[in-house]
Amino acid sequence: MSKARRNPVNMVAAHAILITYTLIALFPVFVILINSFKSRKMIFREPLALPNADSFSLIGYQTVLKQGDFFLYFQNSMIVTVVSLFLVLLFGAMAAFALAEYRFKGNTLMGLYLALGIMIPIRIGTVAILDMMVQTGLVNTLWALILVYTAQGLPLAVFILSEFMRQVSDDLKNAGRIDGLNEYTIFFRLVLPLVRPAMATVAVFNMIPIWNDLWFPLILAPAEETKTLTLGSQVFIGQFVTDWNAVLSALSLAILPVMILYVIFSRQLIRGITSGAVK
Amino acid sequence: MANRRPIRWHIGVFLAPAVLVYTAVMIYPLFNTMRLALFTEIDQQRVYVGLQNFSALFGQAVWSDAFWNALGNNFWFFLIHMLVQNPIGIGLAAILSHKRLRFAAFYRSAIFIPAILSFVIVGFAWKLILSPIWGIAPSMLDMVGLKSLFAPWLGKEEYALTTLALISVWQFVGIPMMLIYAALLSIPEEVLEAGECDGITGMSAFWKIKLPLILPSIGIISVLTFVGNFNAFDLIYSAQGALAGPNFSTDILGTFMYRTFFGFQLQLGDPHMGSAIATAMFAIILIGVCIYLFGIQTRIRRYQF
Repeated sequence: MSKARRNPVNMVAAHAILITYTLIALFPVFVILINSFKSRKMIFREPLALPNADSFSLIGYQTVLKQGDFFLYFQNSMIVTVVSLFLVLLFGAMAAFALAEYRFKGNTLMGLYLALGIMIPIRIGTVAILDMMVQTGLVNTLWALILVYTAQGLPLAVFILSEFMRQVSDDLKNAGRIDGLNEYTIFFRLVLPLVRPAMATVAVFNMIPIWNDLWFPLILAPAEETKTLTLGSQVFIGQFVTDWNAVLSALSLAILPVMILYVIFSRQLIRGITSGAVK
Repeated sequence: MANRRPIRWHIGVFLAPAVLVYTAVMIYPLFNTMRLALFTEIDQQRVYVGLQNFSALFGQAVWSDAFWNALGNNFWFFLIHMLVQNPIGIGLAAILSHKRLRFAAFYRSAIFIPAILSFVIVGFAWKLILSPIWGIAPSMLDMVGLKSLFAPWLGKEEYALTTLALISVWQFVGIPMMLIYAALLSIPEEVLEAGECDGITGMSAFWKIKLPLILPSIGIISVLTFVGNFNAFDLIYSAQGALAGPNFSTDILGTFMYRTFFGFQLQLGDPHMGSAIATAMFAIILIGVCIYLFGIQTRIRRYQF
């Protein structure tokens, strides 16, 4: 195909470039993690050394766990992410099914209307969203965040899922109809299980932006008991700027859950992106 | 028509939840924000003022200085992404897509890692690394003999915005890389082999065959970058605070809007002015998306295999 196939020098160069960039990508994370396990003195004296018996210290983690309510933040983030994803998938799949399966007046228009939100960031409407949440008393509740993330995730979910639902065979659905299944059973029993891979892709696409969002937690739910992990660590780190042990440990603790999620779902994520689900 | 079809209620039931949530939480607030931009508050009364907020935003020094500053910064932020992030992403994808490359999956996953971290982590991590107190950056530059180049980049007005843009590039390079990688993999082998028969190999195969074929993906990446950059906020807020220091040199539309409508420190929040800024952001994003949809997408030739 190309010279690289015959030319080992090109291959070495390719690896060299990729290794260099991988190091650049991982270096900051690595530095934060190793230093979070070191005593204050060693953080400054040898920032690039691995922690050893002398320099090992958990003081930062102790401060973080004593001062910050990280378990609560983690729990909030979990609730918000899981419930929003569930609603995005359920509502998104239902709407996608309606658009893909039935011919009715305004079908195309409805599809376009729902697709608008793919390109328009929901943040533009923040002022009015805050206004609405204050009036309905939802401000400083997790529901405010869940509603916003659900609305934010729906357009792309409907778009991707309806593409997939068009591929589900009509014969299968009609066989179901002949057997007397109603439309709801056809959707939940026949179609949903078949589009599970697409649902997983949508879930993974939505998960990380929801988990990492700072804007809406900051504006809609900044109260102590509704802080998400992202906002919680932001506030915590802001308060402890001079306590390097605590800051590094808080950063490491914030990195941990996303890394775990990534390890579990990276295949799905990469397959989702590379299968061209977003085109 | 003798027997009319019964109303198919199930269609409504399937559509209702999504349409309701989407309309109530996304579309309605969007238009309501634009409506609020036409009002102002005088003595705790909402008063209609027409386009006054906008004329203040574009023309009155109190607001317009900050606005044009933020807009200019935002364009610079976007430009750096286009000039650095996307070429690097395309380059990495081109290398990764060699069929015989080993460990491609490993490189791919590792390079994508920064993109999954939150801005809070990224902002603070780089702040620490670039901090002159900690000295990681200066001592690393020292190793390659370039210590004299070190400056507290995030603290200097002339470097801070570029530094932040590069941090954001570092974080998101994985996304264009993945999308281009997917596009490159979908190029059929026969096309490349045909080129090879005509003597087009290596670099020239990339420039003459692959690049024209992935242009649609590059277009999508550009518009995603544009939309993402023009409502960016989190990174600047985590690294420099809502005041987007030093001296507003890193202020972009997102931080400007946040400060204006939410208020910060001594400044009182003004939701109506905030709405005006949001409306301006909306217009900018809309213009960008339209340029892409009508100006670029329709002109790019697409190939079907």
